[in-house]
Amino acid sequence: MAKLPRKFEETLDGTVVFDLPFPLVLDTEGLASLRRMKPLRVRQSYHIEYLHSYGQDSPFFAGLTNRVQLGNRDPETGYTYATPRGHDMYTGHETEWVVLPERGTVHAFTVCYFGSEEFLKETPFVLALIEYEGVDTLFLARLTGVDPDEVSLDWIGMQVQARYRRNSKIKPTDVYFVPVE
Amino acid sequence: MRKVYAVSGGVSKFAKSRPDKTFQAVVKEAYDYAIADLGLEFRQFNELVDGSVASYFSDHFTRQLMAGIMVQDYLGLCPKPGHRVEGGGATGGICFQEAWKAVASGYMDVCVAYGFETMSHVETWKGNEFIALASDVSFDYPVGGFYSGYYAMMVTRHMKEFGTTVEQLAHVSVKNHINAFHNPYAQKRNRYTIEDVRNAPMVAWPLTRLDICVMSDGAAVVILCSEEGLARLEAASGKTYSRVLVTGIGRGTDAMRMADRPHQSFDDFMKYNALPHEQENADTVAYYRELWDHGFRYPGVHSFRAGRMASKQAYENAGITNPLEDLDFIELHDAYTSSEIQTYEDMGLCRYGEGGPFAASGKAFVPGIDYGLNLPEEPICPVNPSGGLIACGHPVGATGLMQAVFAIWQLQGTIEKHFGDATLQVQGAKRGAIHSHAGTGTYVTVSILEAEE
Repeated sequence: MAKLPRKFEETLDGTVVFDLPFPLVLDTEGLASLRRMKPLRVRQSYHIEYLHSYGQDSPFFAGLTNRVQLGNRDPETGYTYATPRGHDMYTGHETEWVVLPERGTVHAFTVCYFGSEEFLKETPFVLALIEYEGVDTLFLARLTGVDPDEVSLDWIGMQVQARYRRNSKIKPTDVYFVPVE
Repeated sequence: MRKVYAVSGGVSKFAKSRPDKTFQAVVKEAYDYAIADLGLEFRQFNELVDGSVASYFSDHFTRQLMAGIMVQDYLGLCPKPGHRVEGGGATGGICFQEAWKAVASGYMDVCVAYGFETMSHVETWKGNEFIALASDVSFDYPVGGFYSGYYAMMVTRHMKEFGTTVEQLAHVSVKNHINAFHNPYAQKRNRYTIEDVRNAPMVAWPLTRLDICVMSDGAAVVILCSEEGLARLEAASGKTYSRVLVTGIGRGTDAMRMADRPHQSFDDFMKYNALPHEQENADTVAYYRELWDHGFRYPGVHSFRAGRMASKQAYENAGITNPLEDLDFIELHDAYTSSEIQTYEDMGLCRYGEGGPFAASGKAFVPGIDYGLNLPEEPICPVNPSGGLIACGHPVGATGLMQAVFAIWQLQGTIEKHFGDATLQVQGAKRGAIHSHAGTGTYVTVSILEAEE
């Protein structure tokens, strides 16, 4: 059995307190002693529900629920974005929707052993930038079906296949990638 | 444009947590120090200063909107003009440049740039979440928003593209931590070895905890002035100050999403992004031609086009033609060991792709310090002599201004006075650069400071 950790995890829960130490008498000495107090630290929570709009990028998310990954293309130059973009950065044109290939290759990747609070419980996880034949930009996605203990730079260039969540969450992670077998 | 002098600065002690004071009072520590260094009293300076620019990154960390005006108020600067700037990790560098503009344009004769961040008010992993919100919340954040992860992806690409090694990255960590051993303002003052860096807990492969800067509470203040402003300050104090001129500023930007960064052609790179000393060198042109022939594209995810453009503009303004020779030191934004290596290339200290060997060469180390490393070359241009973000800490809104303060002290030759230790003083420093960097390379500022003869 593994050794117990040497340090308890710090959390922000605690005891409700209704009074705090304070000088009994606010004479000159009592008032002066206030400058020697330790600072008070209190818990403040902050929770917000947003009604976030995907705006012009919405068809991309609808596409994922239908097992299709959409990208955008400039109608004149053909410059193609793997991550949706409503207007082209070179011509300013409104882009058109195109269907991306189901297969791509790993352009860059990492294995995250820590993360933001929201994703800590998912560690270790693999982030990868995916490139596609004939597409000018990349797409950030999760890569799975690989062994983090076998991590290697050789993963760059690996052929990967898109997979889709059956129960879509209307998030970019509704598509993820696995190595082509 | 008028001449702009960076005349004084102050830095609070950077620490993991400063619960002893509110953010306004932490800024005041740095403010009082900068004023005292001018030989002025608080009331004298507040009579002479024309206005301010405030720098802090995240409203989330403070859970307080308009925190800038609360500092302005606490420092007794109301009702003078002021505004807040925000540009991610480059907020401090942008603040410095906005204060420069206020003076250069003639709007102000004395302008104070102040910055702070209080990152300890949330737990580390919540802090990482706040920082990750500085990535596209529709496409990047939900995939596993984590800046160390984003930078680690750049590293794997850099390693694959150029053969950069984790040991080369670790050289940066060893250098910056050991430099900071002599800097009392630094949050981390430890002597590490390459092995220590590689054996530290893995955060995002291949970056370990010692490849990454830490979160901090802290503040920094810089006072900028025109010739008239300088005369006013000197008349009030009865002193003559060391003249440090800001001789050039530059700023660049790039796409928010790394995935959108272009893959430019060789011709476009040479036309828009190559530095003059690269364009004029036939070997370098041939070197880049060969890189492109082997599939290299610019900037991709391995290089920071914003950093290159900021450098190019600042060098043009300051008349710098060979940065490695022309700069006596650089304080750059090493949020990661890897980003220091990437920035060597952006700033033209070496060619793109050569940042790894450059890191291990010794050229960017401080002379006279024993790093416990076998460095093949002599120092030429110390990079992050202060210890940088990796060792000093990164209280975001203060960071770019902290770099400016350390640069002023280097150019005034007063490092020993302020640090109580002369080890990090770059002997005869005449010209230095400060570099501030946001996001995954979205906003970058470079400013050049020079000692006036």
